[in-house]
Formats: sequence, structure tokens, C-alpha cells
Amino acid sequence: MAVERLFKDEATEEKGERARMASFVGAVAIADLVKTTLGPKGMDKILQSTGRGHSVTVTNDGATILKSLHIDNAAAKVLVDISKVQDDEVGDGTTSVVVLAGELLREAEKLVNAKIHPMTIISGYRMAAECARNALLEKVVDNKLDAEKFKTDLMKIAMTTLSSKILSQDKEHFAKLAVDAVMRLKGSTNLESIQIIKKPGGSLKDSFLDEGFILDKKIGVGQPKRIENAKILVANTAMDTDKVKIYGARVRVDSMAKVAEIEVAEKEKMREKVQKIINHGINCFVNRQLIYNFPEELFADAGVLAIEHADFDGIERLALVTGGEIASTFDNPESVKLGHCKLIEEIMIGEDRLIHFSGVEMGQACTIVLRGASPHMLDEAERSLHDALCVLSQTVIDSRVLFGGGWPEMVMAKAVDELARKTPGKRSHAIEAFSRALVAIPTIIADNAGLDSAELVAQLRAEHHKEESNAGIDVISGSVGDMADLGISEAFKVKQAVLLSATEAAEMILRVDEIITCAPRRREDRM
Amino acid sequence: MALAFDEFGRPFIILREQEQKSRLRGLDAQKANIASGKAVSRILQTSLGPKGMDKMLQSPDGDVTITNDGATILEQMDVDNQIAKLMVELSRSQDYEIGDGTTGVVVMAGALLEHAEKLLERGIHPIRISEGYETASRIAFEHLEHIAHKFEFSASDIEPLIQTCMTTLSSKIVNRCKRSLAEIAVKAVLAVADLERKDVNLDLIKVEGKVGGKLEDTELIYGIVVDKDMSHPQMPKQIEDAKIAILTCPFEPPKPKTKHKVDIDTVEKFQTLRQQEQKYFDDMVQKCKDVGATLVICQWGFDDEANHLLMHRNLPAVRWVGGVELELIAIATGGRIVPRFQELTPEKLGRAGLVREKAFGTTKDRMIYIEHCANSRAVTIFIRGGNKMMIEETKRSLHDALCVARNLIRNNSIVYGGGSAEISCSIAVEAAADKYPGVEQYAIRAFADALDAVPMALAENSGLQPIETLSAVKSQQIKENNSCFGIDCNDVGTNDMREQNVFETLIGKQQQLLLATQVVKMILKIDDVISPSEY
Repeated sequence: MAVERLFKDEATEEKGERARMASFVGAVAIADLVKTTLGPKGMDKILQSTGRGHSVTVTNDGATILKSLHIDNAAAKVLVDISKVQDDEVGDGTTSVVVLAGELLREAEKLVNAKIHPMTIISGYRMAAECARNALLEKVVDNKLDAEKFKTDLMKIAMTTLSSKILSQDKEHFAKLAVDAVMRLKGSTNLESIQIIKKPGGSLKDSFLDEGFILDKKIGVGQPKRIENAKILVANTAMDTDKVKIYGARVRVDSMAKVAEIEVAEKEKMREKVQKIINHGINCFVNRQLIYNFPEELFADAGVLAIEHADFDGIERLALVTGGEIASTFDNPESVKLGHCKLIEEIMIGEDRLIHFSGVEMGQACTIVLRGASPHMLDEAERSLHDALCVLSQTVIDSRVLFGGGWPEMVMAKAVDELARKTPGKRSHAIEAFSRALVAIPTIIADNAGLDSAELVAQLRAEHHKEESNAGIDVISGSVGDMADLGISEAFKVKQAVLLSATEAAEMILRVDEIITCAPRRREDRM
Repeated sequence: MALAFDEFGRPFIILREQEQKSRLRGLDAQKANIASGKAVSRILQTSLGPKGMDKMLQSPDGDVTITNDGATILEQMDVDNQIAKLMVELSRSQDYEIGDGTTGVVVMAGALLEHAEKLLERGIHPIRISEGYETASRIAFEHLEHIAHKFEFSASDIEPLIQTCMTTLSSKIVNRCKRSLAEIAVKAVLAVADLERKDVNLDLIKVEGKVGGKLEDTELIYGIVVDKDMSHPQMPKQIEDAKIAILTCPFEPPKPKTKHKVDIDTVEKFQTLRQQEQKYFDDMVQKCKDVGATLVICQWGFDDEANHLLMHRNLPAVRWVGGVELELIAIATGGRIVPRFQELTPEKLGRAGLVREKAFGTTKDRMIYIEHCANSRAVTIFIRGGNKMMIEETKRSLHDALCVARNLIRNNSIVYGGGSAEISCSIAVEAAADKYPGVEQYAIRAFADALDAVPMALAENSGLQPIETLSAVKSQQIKENNSCFGIDCNDVGTNDMREQNVFETLIGKQQQLLLATQVVKMILKIDDVISPSEY
């Protein structure tokens, strides 16, 4: 007797082969979607949001593309998730991880069709991933001790990362920007002290790195435009008439005269507060909240530069770089730590006026000003630069470096192939499949560049059969080249994360034999 | 049927609005119920054992869960059928009581129902079947005790415990690093266990997850991890020998519950009020400082001014800490939760050797570690993993492992796994059946057959020939009179579970049998299902 209804209305259940099919199809579709963006000659995608204004984003950053998709397929969501994590953790390789997972699943699908149990495939994949990782570990180069070499390594990595992005035209310029910025951090991964300001206008080449700090704000009217040896008080306080915070307080008056009196008292209070602030001996005051006209006027009278409404990040960063503390009370001027900088001035970038703090105490901070033709261009440039910065800062910690251009994949594929030959039993099919999936990545890179991928990959494989080969795909000239000569490098950490998360995700999807989708929560009609 | 007639021949209604309700009675009702119970168990059957498959569940909000934990699957399945709900409850109660074997119990119940159906078709009354099942379950229960082994371990020799936890973890997706996770689980349980009283309070183990990193980075922290950061970005990131004031009162002016108004009608009043307000903030901070606190953990928020004052007085603070975490911190540091500033005393401060803020990855995630606490009884397992799903699944798997370790500390009797206990019980029940005269004999025999369902599913999931394997193992058990033979799921080459170190707790197994029998009895007793028909 059949059960009519086990689940709630609209809930669906898919079992066994169908479930596996559904997840394979979903995952492979996602991988195919981002596949064309892989590599230096990858194409971009236009994303149009459904929100108001239908704003448009042009990008080839895997994580950004996947984040913006509305996906219903559960397996596809797993892939989107790993790409997000890759972005959070190492910042780059977001496309590669999805593509590799997709390829692994595509290979797995064939094996499942050939009646190999998913569990066997999983155990084969695991062995292969471990073996691939060891192969990479053997080949890594670590130049941490040699500062000069390390710097060229960083430069190479930055160029490799940027070459697949919109910035590839000026990759040397930007690679230098990124490396300089990261070197200033001296080993910390705190990217907060690198500020990126986007200003439309000019060309990408006009972007520059500034060792100071730039605040995108205007200086108040009638206040000095240039201050040398500035003492800065960074504050987070309400600069209107302070509300009385004691609950239930209210003003009750019985005549107009009283109103006037209270008003005077309020003004007096304000004046006192401003006076207290000025008494700190400062000549620059930066507040997170608004500064109203009256106190602004008072500051102007005292010759203090007052900057209002700097956002939260701005304040924190400013406090960090100038070495000041964020103050909210002003009663003990002697113990508040003030920030210092050599020079504050108003500068012009394009049409806009910005405030520039130079000669700050902490040398770590710097600002990268991006210039470009359109906001879309700038957004994409920022994302690319962010990727590069992330990778570099991670490389500073884990300085192991590999070659790029499909070299690591070939090295791994070779090791995995050898393992397959040694492994008895059905697992060897899965291990072979793993190596095929790895080779798919250089193939895709070549395909995206419009090259003869079959020919190139075959050549590459032959090259790699020799000991100590540095061969990889040189997309620019369209041939197999020596990656050491071409200076194409990648961070080991990124490659390792790609390998491990892709295997993990593929494993997770393979293990599923049933998908149960609950009825979607009903949205109440708001109208 | 639902319509009766009174003595004047007028109809009156027993069941209201009966045309809007559908009704199943008698054998049909039982069969329908059994069918839905079986449907649920069939869903779970493929998740059993180390080679079991996972289920992907999509919640109403579109979040995806991938798991093979029986309790979780059933909980998230959004079941509508009443009997199916009973099965969900069954798995949940196994989860609450034992924490492991949630899949097994449902598979067992499904098998019992399946065999009951056959007996019903032969015309045996459901009550007789349930009585037979009851008798059989008692036999099996006692037999389990008979074949159980004592399991020796001590606080210094934790290897056996780790082995057990590894068995539990091997069926989960995390089995890649089951060794390290099992060690973490055992150490965590031992840290909070009271070996004298044989009691473990699992509430003291906090499982916290953060996306990113590798599964291998998962660590056990003898202390508390709070997913918060210091209230002021410039407060020190590391405090040694911290004295912690744990507060549940906000750093804000008081808000009396009674409605009141403070009227300001003169300038003087306005000014006094202002001064009082400032003094109030100052007092609050001063009080914390006076008792010698070097760290303030507050359940509520602070005002900007209070925040700066704290910063200024060099008193780091953490705000918006949840109630549960606050309690754990209080337990770990030996402090007291203080609801009012007036009640702050030096004795009420908690102590911790090291408090530090740690940043992760390229994003701005930060967490606060409170370590080397005065009372190291509270521990935190901090899970890292590739994505949210992975972490959730790891949490569930660790929960299972923790429960197993706890059960072993409570009661150190074990039975061997891999279906060996079920097979052994099945043999015992089968043998005992012949002694019972009457109809129950059939029910008892059916119970024995149903017991075979678990090893059968195990073998099937492992890609073995289920019937062949089962009969081979069964005959081996009888021949060698050794209850340790089970299904060789991992293809190790031996099916002696003692050699493979696969075992489960005795109480877990017993509980499974009892709970499954109970639910099946309950379902068999239902002979009338009235439900509102669809409209």
C-alpha cells in the first residue's frame, strides 16, 4: 500500500540516481558558468541585479559572480559556498576551486555510470588528493630568507594574480603597488590599514600608492587648509546639544524667557565641550558623528581643523595610523593620547577635494588611489587589487611558492597517475579520474585563450615527463613555455586550499543519495 | 457509522463534519500506518554504517544541510504524516537519551513494522503481535547484557575511549580526520567528567564553529571562545592574569521600571542633571576598577562615553555577550555573574590566565579566547572547516562522539558493533521462540528476523551481497559461539569486530531495542485514523 503523503505539500523528494543526477547537473552547470572566466584570457560576466536601478557589475572574479546568483539547486549551493570560503580565507583562486570541483564531479558521474560505487570513488579521490598535495609539497620553493628573492617572488605572484583581471594591461604597475603596500604591513595580515579609494576619472595608469592616509571628506568652511605638525584628536561623540541620557528627563518651562535661558545654557554647554576639546592643544579634530554649524564655527574661530562625519572605518583607521585614541569624553586632556602627523592638507584628485594626512606615525598604513574611466571599471579594479593584496599578505606568512600556468596541476596529475598505477582495485579508476580532472584546468585555460588545448596539453604532459620540468602554458605566446623564465608564480597556500576544498566539496556532493526539499516558506503578501 | 439514531429515530452526529474528514479503520488503518513508518525507515536505511550515504536537505529558507545523522535528517524533513512524526520523535528521544544510534533505531523500528505487517495479513491480532515483540525484546535485552564486555580505561589510558569515538565518527563525513577529532572529543569529555560520580555534564563543553581553514585546524581549548571582539578597537588584544567582572547590567544610566518624569525648568537643574549623568558613568567605571577587575564582560551594550572611559582607564571590555556564554564564562573562571554595580566585590571576579583576541583569515573576523581559567572544567571545541555545511556536520558528528564518550564513562559495558550484537540477539531470540506456545511464537520469530535488518542494511550499504554475507556471519557466530563477528564494512579482511575495534555502548544498544519496540507497539495499537480531508 503506497503512502500518499509523507511530506508536507510542495515538499519534494528525490532519491538515488535521480538525486545524484540532480546534484551533478547543478554542480557541473555552476562550474561551466564560471569556467570561461578562468585564466589570463578568461572572459568577464555582466551581472545585473534585480534590485532597484538594475545596477550592473562587470567582473571575472568567481566569488563575486557566484555570490550574486540566485540558485535553487542544493549541490550548486555547496559550490558557491566553497568559493566564498576560498575568498575569505586566501582571497584568490575562487574560480579555480569551483572549476576543479565541477571537473571532479563530471569525472565521478562517468564512473558512477560505469557502476562504481560513490564510496569507492570518494576513497580514491581522497588518496589522490593526499598524493597531489605531497607532490606539491616536494616542489615548493621557499625564499623567505632571501629578502631580495622573496620580493621578486611576491612581484611574480601579484603579476600572475592580476594578469587574469581587468588590470592586466597595467599589471606591472599594480603589482608594484600591491607588493609595496603589503611589504609595508611587515607581516601582519591586517589589510585594514591599506585603504583603497576609488575616484572616477583619469586612466588606470594614474592610480597610485600614497604612504599617508587619505580621508574622503571636506574641510569645514573658514578653517585652515593646511596644518603642519598636526595634533589630531579622533573622537566619537555627538556634537549637537548633548541629549540628557537619564531616562524620563524632559524640559518643562512656563515662560518664553525660560526657554531662552535653557537655550543659552545649552549653547553654553556646547561651547564648554568645544572648549574642552580645544584645550587638548589640538589643531585638528576628527569626529565620527556630525558636527553642527555652531561648534564648527567655534572650531573655526579657534583655528582648529574640524572634520565631521568620518565613517566608522575611517575613524578606526585614522586612529590606528596616527596613533591616537578614539575619545568620547573630554575631561582629562592630559591623559588622552593624541594622534600626530606631519602635514595635513587638502589635495585634489580629479574634481574632488580630499584631505591628506602625511607623515603619520605608523608606517604600516598606506592608501591606494584607484583611477579609472567608469565606476564599473573601478569596482572591478578594486576587487582585483583586493585579490592580489590578500594573496600577497598570505604569502608573506606562508612564503612557499609554486610556478603557475598549469604547472602545479600537471605536477599533481603526474604524481596521481603514478599512484593510480600502483593502486589495486576499483579505486584506481577514481584516482585516474582525479588526474584527468586536474589536467582539465590547463585545458580550460588554453581553451579560454583560444588556443589548441589538446595539442598544448599533450605537449605539456610530455614536457613534464622529464625530470624537473618547469613547463607550463604560456598563454601570451600560445605555446608551452618555461614558467621560471616567464616569471609566473602562484602561492602554495592558494593552490593547497583549492585542492583540498574542491575535493571536500566533491566528496560531500558524491555522498548524497537523496535530496529532500522542504516546502518554501510562504511569504506573506505585504500588499 | 459515525451517525447513530436515538430512541425516537432521529439521527445525531457523533463525529462532527464527517464528510470533511477521511477515516481509515481496522486493518487498513494499520497497514497505512505501517506503510508510512516503513517509508521513513527506508529513507534512513541507506545512511546506516560507515559506508552510508548522506542526505541533502533544503530548508524552507533555502539553506542546505548535508548529513547522515538520523536525528538531523528526520528533524529537518518537514514531515506531515502523523506516524512519520512518531518515528521522528523516536529518533529524537534516542538522540536525547544516548546521542548515538539515531539511524539504527529507526531502521530497527521499520523492520519490526514490516514483519508485523506480514503477521497481520495472516490474521494475527495486533495485540498478540505486540505482546510477542515485548517478550522478544526482553529476551534480546537480557542477551545483550550477557554478551556485553567490560571496557577498561582510566583517565591516563584513554586509547580505548578514542577507539570507540573513532567508530562513531567513521560513519560521518569527517572520517578523514577521525583520529584527531576523536582525541579532541575524549579529552573534552574527560576534562569535564566527574570520574568519581561517573557523571558528565555535556553543557560544559561548548562547540563553536567558524567557517574557514581546514578541518585539521579544529582544536580543543581549555577555556571559552566567544565570538565577539573588544568593544573599543584600541583596547589591548591580550590580557594576562585577567580578573574578569561579569556583568549583566548595562553601562548606561539607569532606567527605572516605574514611569517617571524629571522636569527641567531652570538652568541650574539642567546643569546638575548633566553633572549627575557624567558622574554616573564615572562611578560605574570606577567601581569596576576599584574591585580590581582587568576585564569587563557585559551582557549589554555600552554608551560611547562609557566605552571611552573604559578604554581611558585601561579597562578592556567585551559587550553583547550572550546569556549562555556568560554562564559558561562564569563557570570557567570561577566568577559570579553580577547584576548590579553596587554588588561588585573582589571575590566575585573570575580569573583567567590569558585572554586574547585572535583574528582569522582575510576578513575581519575576530574571536576572544579565554584560557587558563581558574576552573578548567569548561572547555570549548573550536571547529574550522571548508564551509558552513561542513562545520554544522562536524558539530553534529562531534556531538555524537561526545555522547558516546560520556556514555562509556557512565557505564563502561560495551557490545561489539558492525551488526554483531544484532545478529547474536537474533540467534538468541530465534532459539528462545520455540519455547513459547501460542501465537506469540510467530511474533518472536518475526522479531528475530527484524533484528537482521540492521546488519543487512550495513552489508548492503557497504556494497556486499546482503543475504550471503549475513548468513555467512550468522553461521560463523553459531559455529564458533562467539558474538564478536559482524559485517566487515570497511573491507579490512576480518569480520571479528574485536580485532577491528568496532564497538558500541551497551546502554545505547539496549535503548535502541526498547525504544523501537515501544514505538512499534504504539503504532500497532492504532486501529482508527481520523484526519481532516483535503480541501
